[in-house]
Amino acid sequence: MVMSETADSPLANQAQKSLESENIETGEPKMRARDVDVYYGSKQAIDGVNIDVYTEFVTAFIGPSGCGKSTFLRALNRMNDTIPSARVTGTIELDGDDIYASGMDVVQLRARVGMVFQKPNPFPKSIYDNIAYGPKIHGLAESKSDLDEVVEKSLRRAGLWEEVKDRLTDSGTALSGGQQQRLCIARAIAVDPEVILMDEPCSALDPIATAKIEELIDELRGRYGIVIVTHSMQQAARVSQRTAFFHLGNLVEYGHTSDIFTNPVEKRTQDYITGRYG
Amino acid sequence: MSASTLILLVLGLGLAGWLVARSRAAMFRNASENRRIASLPVYHAWYAALWIVVPTLLFALIWAPISEQLIIQHVLASPAAADLPAFGMQRETLLSEARNVATGATSGVFNQEAAALVEPFEEALFRYRIVGFIVTLLVAAAGAAYAFLRLKPDFRARTQVERAVLSTLLLASLVAILTTLGILVSLVFETVRFFGMVSPIDFLFGTNWSPDPMSSASNPDGSRYGAIPLFWGTLFIGAIIAMIVAIPLGMMSAIYLNQYAPPRVRTWVKPALEILAGVPTVVYGYFAALTIAPAIRDMALSLGVSNPSSESALAAGLVMGVMIIPFVSSMADDSIAAVPQAMKDGSLAMGATQNETIKRVLVPAALPGIVAGIMLAISRAIGETMIVVMAASFAANLSANPLEAMTTVTVQIVALLTGEGSFDHPATLAAFALGFVLFMVTLVLNIIALRVVKRFREAYE
Repeated sequence: MVMSETADSPLANQAQKSLESENIETGEPKMRARDVDVYYGSKQAIDGVNIDVYTEFVTAFIGPSGCGKSTFLRALNRMNDTIPSARVTGTIELDGDDIYASGMDVVQLRARVGMVFQKPNPFPKSIYDNIAYGPKIHGLAESKSDLDEVVEKSLRRAGLWEEVKDRLTDSGTALSGGQQQRLCIARAIAVDPEVILMDEPCSALDPIATAKIEELIDELRGRYGIVIVTHSMQQAARVSQRTAFFHLGNLVEYGHTSDIFTNPVEKRTQDYITGRYG
Repeated sequence: MSASTLILLVLGLGLAGWLVARSRAAMFRNASENRRIASLPVYHAWYAALWIVVPTLLFALIWAPISEQLIIQHVLASPAAADLPAFGMQRETLLSEARNVATGATSGVFNQEAAALVEPFEEALFRYRIVGFIVTLLVAAAGAAYAFLRLKPDFRARTQVERAVLSTLLLASLVAILTTLGILVSLVFETVRFFGMVSPIDFLFGTNWSPDPMSSASNPDGSRYGAIPLFWGTLFIGAIIAMIVAIPLGMMSAIYLNQYAPPRVRTWVKPALEILAGVPTVVYGYFAALTIAPAIRDMALSLGVSNPSSESALAAGLVMGVMIIPFVSSMADDSIAAVPQAMKDGSLAMGATQNETIKRVLVPAALPGIVAGIMLAISRAIGETMIVVMAASFAANLSANPLEAMTTVTVQIVALLTGEGSFDHPATLAAFALGFVLFMVTLVLNIIALRVVKRFREAYE
């Protein structure tokens, strides 16, 4: 009974639509997490998570607030390092290399695994300097013209170029919320990462800006591995091909987005996506 | 019946009013159906107590000078006062002597003329004390009556008491503002007097500073009051040498404490820095004069400088810089801490190192706050007196050599005011003009700093 209810919901329809794009041949996973635990002090926030992230797919993390999905996301580029009490065990590999190994250069890792935050956080610099920031610190541009090129390319990819090309010297903070978020995505793209982590990138945006970001995510798929944390199940159904459902620090279910939304294996997943809690 | 017993009496009356009003309000409450009245009994109590104490104290404040006048008038009207000298010191002396005997402060008279005045004094003192006492009681009674007539179950005593608290707080803050204005007015008054004797052009742009308190006051030599060497010395010691020390050290310690220091280090180092801000400047003065200045002199000698000064601008400036470090660092610390964590995360997530993040994101974002802190520090440094009085020289030199003796505005103010010149001589009045210039400069610096800080706050809220 409950099944059929799920299958008829608009969520399921959206998930069904993205089914075609799910049947792409995949190579090796870009990132591979095995038995990952994350602790804040003595409190365990993530318990034994196994997950694979592919460049070919957008992976969505869903789950109620406090379920650990953002914590796990931040473990993927070691942003948890900035929290003194946070501790990660288990292995997370990027192209087969353990990112928590002692020889891993965090700076290099974060250049390869970029991040976009919940609230747009452009630097209080010009639009141009916001984008040029990463290429400059990583020495990716030899000359001013190289840099100009990188800036333009990144803004184009983020779908922002047409809107800002005449005012690159304006402050990044003067843009609208949606533009700021695309600026932040462009900034992440500018260092040419392999994976982009997005932590609820649309939660501070209106529906139109959200639609633009979702469109952008779809365009970026395939070029960059994308992991998106979202509170909106519709969004997960629209943009992702793989969905992971987190609950109380556990990865309850992980699979094709269409399966999660139409045919969940776990009762808890079912309850969550049909709105029983969360 | 002295002043202290009167005050105790008033406070006692206030307490009595407090207790009575409270029990009365409690009665109202018990009488009402749902045990609710507009204000709690304690507010009724405070209302009554305030109405008793405040008018009485106000009356006492006014009565003290008035009764003094009335007493003197009474004494002068007595026949014994007819023999008094008409004016001058002697008259005052006799009056105060008689008064002291009358109040019992001294036992016997030294001048016989005063003896005759003792009796009228005693009489007057007694009479006006009685008058004062009675009026005080009347005022207290009137206040109490007014308050008690208004006490009713639906009386909003709470609002009234809140209003009284508000006006007390307002008065307290007005005191500071009025004092500032008073200082400014008195400074302006004396400065105008000075500029009546010496042209402001000579003062502000002249380069020769050698005021002579012994010269004729009526026709001062304007060319001896050129304050440029003082302004330069102040700037050189306070805003240049001190800042060369304070800005880098303050900034670096702020960055270390804010971004790198483990919590345990921070809990020790930050208070230590604040203690540095609390050291009395005279102690820095000793340190500068006795330790740093000779050391600099010896160093200069060993470097082959012939005849270096033992009161160098460098010594005073270095020590002042150390004194200023906490001001710079605490402002910088606060403004770096105010940069949103999201900004820092954004930079780190791009693969920037912590150092790059601080240099390219945090410090630029915090710059307005840092600049404001530096300006406050400069205004503090150029107004600083004790260190330069002890370590800098009194000689007004116009030089860019930090090893040379130099003087500052504050040092000269001290020198002029502690000298033997009289208070209507331009050499003394020059101190006020210098003080005025200093006041204006620090005022402008502070205003700029506050505006910058305000704009900075707006940017992040």
